[in-house]
Amino acid sequence: MIQLYNVSKIYANGVKALNDINLHIRKGEFVFLVGPSGAGKSTLTKLICREELPSRGQVMINGRNVVRMKNREVPYLRRKIGMVFQDFRLIPGKTVFENVAFALEITGASTKEIKRVVPTVLRMVGLEKKADMLPAHLSGGEQQRTAVARAIVNNPVLILADEPTGNLDPETSWELMKLFLDINRRGTTILMATHAWDIVDAMKKRVVAMSHGLIVRDEESGGYGYES
Amino acid sequence: MSLNTLRYYFREAATSIVRNSWLSIASVGTIIISLLILGGSLLLVLNVRHITSTVESSLEITVFLADGLEQEHLDRLEEEIKFVPGVARVQFVTKEQALEELKESFGERADVLSGLEEDNPLPNSYRVKTREARMVPDAAQQLAELDGVEQVRYGQGVVEKLLALTHWVRIWGTVLLVVLGAAAVFLIATTIRMSVFARRREIGIMKMLGATNLFVRMPFMLEGMIIGLVGGLVAVLIINFGYLSLLNKVIITLPFIQLVDDPVTLYRVLGGMLGLGFGIGAAGSAISLHRFLRV
Ligand SMILES: Nc1ncnc2c1ncn2[C@@H]1O[C@H](COP(=O)(O)OP(=O)(O)O)[C@@H](O)[C@H]1O
Ligand SMILES: [Mg+2]
Repeated sequence: MIQLYNVSKIYANGVKALNDINLHIRKGEFVFLVGPSGAGKSTLTKLICREELPSRGQVMINGRNVVRMKNREVPYLRRKIGMVFQDFRLIPGKTVFENVAFALEITGASTKEIKRVVPTVLRMVGLEKKADMLPAHLSGGEQQRTAVARAIVNNPVLILADEPTGNLDPETSWELMKLFLDINRRGTTILMATHAWDIVDAMKKRVVAMSHGLIVRDEESGGYGYES
Repeated sequence: MSLNTLRYYFREAATSIVRNSWLSIASVGTIIISLLILGGSLLLVLNVRHITSTVESSLEITVFLADGLEQEHLDRLEEEIKFVPGVARVQFVTKEQALEELKESFGERADVLSGLEEDNPLPNSYRVKTREARMVPDAAQQLAELDGVEQVRYGQGVVEKLLALTHWVRIWGTVLLVVLGAAAVFLIATTIRMSVFARRREIGIMKMLGATNLFVRMPFMLEGMIIGLVGGLVAVLIINFGYLSLLNKVIITLPFIQLVDDPVTLYRVLGGMLGLGFGIGAAGSAISLHRFLRV
């Protein structure tokens, strides 16, 4: 489903963030991306959603070449990818419901459709009772669940999560991870960059370890590795 | 595009306008002033053109004759007048006709002139038309020298002065309009830039969620267009009511002046103002988005 062929990324300031990466991810996989800060994990996710273009190599998603894609096609690629970040990226002035609905509004969805879909998704992430609250009045875990709800509301084929538990305490992180597992069981591919080694070790999923822009290890049902 | 999307565009545009209310008001104000200048100069130019065309068509030289001239003398005089350079038409007006016309111009108060028939003080005259307005002064001078002519009268330079006025109104109106219009475009561009800045985080989120360029830009485009239209609407109302009350006053106090009052012309002027307001708003938005929102 995702294929990276000989991908290198050199930023404008000369930093070589990725160095000749080859990576294949099949549909329905749950893949952890681990490695120290600066290893190139975020860069790799940015290439997949075409926030950045590679300096060399090709990126394919569902048979589509992301690098050669026209600018005006990018929005439609992104609607197929749900994104979750460490800092939640919710709109502070919008309620939980409105934040999730926003992802649908952007696609031109009707009010009727929004009213039908959003409550279902909020129930799935366990926020049906907080639909009318503003992000500022939610706990970190609840904010991230809102972000997850927003990421899945358009039925994406892929979820890119960049350190989604980075701002959460261990217990909340585990709950969120269960939610991701749930979403993955329904068939959505997940690529998650993380530092949560205990979770990675316990989940027994595929682990891709990176260091200095290189993939140094790629194991089915692996562990976090480089510290323990 | 769904109804919901349209609603979203307008809601976001309105939110931005309110959030930047001071800049929005300044933009609207500048647009109003530029459009008032446009509308005002246009109406002035149109009116002067209208008045001069009516004055010009009645612009003639009246040649008053001495009393008691023989018919033979009159015939010769008419031939001589026709030979004066620039003269296009000559018409003899008897003192009785002249009195009749005077009475007509007095309208209801014509009775103040009653009794003059017995001892008509008005002289016989020739009404002389020239081919062009600028030929009037020279022709008048030559006519005054003819034998049997008592006095020569014409609308001393009124036309020329009016035409010179429109000339300057046109130049300064255009200069002011361009300067103020540019200021309005700049102000709107600044307003939109502030809106984009206030929403930069949101724009990032929108792009992450797969919003198209159109979707990201539309609220900002609308914001400028709404500001332009509001400014245009206010200016149109001011000009419309201001001009209507001017028309009413002129009809009462200066009945002989014919101002432009044809509704089609007026709607054209007002429509042009509204269109320009909209154009200024759209241009301001477009410039700002082009420079500050590369999506
Ligand atoms: N936009 C950027 N411009 C320049 N350098 C960048 C940019 N983004 C990341 N980098 C650099 O690229 C390298 C990899 O960064 P990143 O992909 O964020 O790593 P990770 O997510 O694994 O911590 C780092 O050295 C980082 O400083
Ligand atoms: Mg990172």
